[in-house]
Amino acid sequence: MSVLVYTESEGGKFKKAAFEVASYAKEVAGMLGTTVTAVSVNGGDSSELGAYGVDKVLEVKEDKLTGFNAKAYASAIRQAAEKENASVVVVSSSADSKFLAPLVAVHLNAGYASNVVSLPESAAPFKVKRTAFTNKAFNITEISTDVKVIGLSNNAFGLKENSGAATAEGFEPSLSDADFGVTVTAVDKATDKVSIADAEIVVSGGRGLKGPENWGLIEELAGVLGAATACSKPVSDMGWRPHSEHVGQTGKPVASNLYIAVGVSGAIQHLAGINSSKVKVVINNDPEAPFFKAADYGIVGDAFEVVPKLIEKLKEFKANNA
Amino acid sequence: MKILVCISHVPDTTSKINFTDGDTKFDTNGVQFVINPNDEFGLTRAMWFKEKQGASVDVVNVGGSETEPTLRKALAIGADNAIRVNTEATDGFYVAKQLAKVVEDGGYDLVIAGRESIDYNGGMVPGMLAALTGANFVNTCIGLEIDGDTATATREIDGGKETSTTKLPLVVGGQKGLVEESDLRIPNMRGIMMARKKPLNVVEPVDSNAETKAVQFQKPAPKGDVTLVDPENVGQLVELLHNEAKVI
Repeated sequence: MSVLVYTESEGGKFKKAAFEVASYAKEVAGMLGTTVTAVSVNGGDSSELGAYGVDKVLEVKEDKLTGFNAKAYASAIRQAAEKENASVVVVSSSADSKFLAPLVAVHLNAGYASNVVSLPESAAPFKVKRTAFTNKAFNITEISTDVKVIGLSNNAFGLKENSGAATAEGFEPSLSDADFGVTVTAVDKATDKVSIADAEIVVSGGRGLKGPENWGLIEELAGVLGAATACSKPVSDMGWRPHSEHVGQTGKPVASNLYIAVGVSGAIQHLAGINSSKVKVVINNDPEAPFFKAADYGIVGDAFEVVPKLIEKLKEFKANNA
Repeated sequence: MKILVCISHVPDTTSKINFTDGDTKFDTNGVQFVINPNDEFGLTRAMWFKEKQGASVDVVNVGGSETEPTLRKALAIGADNAIRVNTEATDGFYVAKQLAKVVEDGGYDLVIAGRESIDYNGGMVPGMLAALTGANFVNTCIGLEIDGDTATATREIDGGKETSTTKLPLVVGGQKGLVEESDLRIPNMRGIMMARKKPLNVVEPVDSNAETKAVQFQKPAPKGDVTLVDPENVGQLVELLHNEAKVI
């Protein structure tokens, strides 16, 4: 028996989410009295995973898996789970992990719970807490299959360092042509920007910004904080910003540590999408904006006056705390 | 081309979420149900294929008879036939197994399902359906073109997008971007009248176990009051975020 964790990497380096799922897997393994095996596909330095509780790393080095391919990656993870006799498989909530997790679950005949936010409430029966109704509620889900697949919400558990050391061994999954039925022809990714999914801080703009020409304000604030930028639904519907930045019930969920909303009124669908963020700040000139009821901190004021001052204060803060 | 669009019957996005029976069941009292938005983007794209390239479009839901008005709405938008698998949609794996039978019986070339339903947010039905039927699969799909038996699909990735080519049969996990919000259709009177006469076939479920069960619901803890900061003193916000919230 073991707990298997898929530790994602990008450009040969583990993502922060990889360390988070490893930290989580370590505690689940503790509950079950077993060890943690990570599967890494063309990944980073395996010893880094030991620091977050991984006991063993199955290193897949395969040229055919240089780019992400859901079916082939799922096949590798399934074979690793079988080899390790895994009872629990843990993945993150990245777009790629959410893509492959259902495929892994079917091939292991495993129940799958996504958007899990905390450690299992009990191991027998196996119950986990997850978000539902787009963060308007939680549900406790009982998984009754022998093997369980857990999709952990990003930033829900955090990193827990461990003093262990991981042993590494090569692993060569057998891959068939059928695993490569989808061929990626182009990837368009801003490499100089933090993505909403990976971000610890997200700065979001709404209609209060008055037009796309004012987006520099949001970008500058995000730049100072090392944050990702996002927007409300009307802003994406009007084409000021791309769909990929739309946050809310039909857009992206945000589970950052800090969410700063500028000129966003706070429609119920928007608030649902950001509910998992830990600390919420709103800047809006309308004191009646519903966002003030959902926020931890607020400033009632004109964004065009408040945000430049905030940027200045943050720059001072960064300079003093560098 | 035969297209199947999977339709979830979900509470409208503005619904207040409450639970009954000791917080074990969703309270449907006073709730308006709609086509899951992620599914509606897919349905609208399917209508485009039907009108521009020639395709038949069926819609399917796994659920009780209370979901039929939602299927009728999909017919009013322009789907040709509706299928309802007569069982409670207990978990995603169970639903995917029911849909796999429908896909196998119907011989569909393209299946579009929302990347997730906005109620349970499981996000597993499209992928599981692809795995169960052996079809190719693209998730979080924001663009789809079909030429013969070849599909070009764009998917949203973290921080960007990715384009791929694949062959039919294909399952797509759809979302906004497959069509624009402004492309969504409100059924007109003629559509509604015609929908009444279109077939809505009820089929019985295949025997299978649910692998997961939502045993309890909880609402988030009520939030404390907002701490307001004077717009003339934004430095205080920086200090609060650093010393109190400890997020910067």
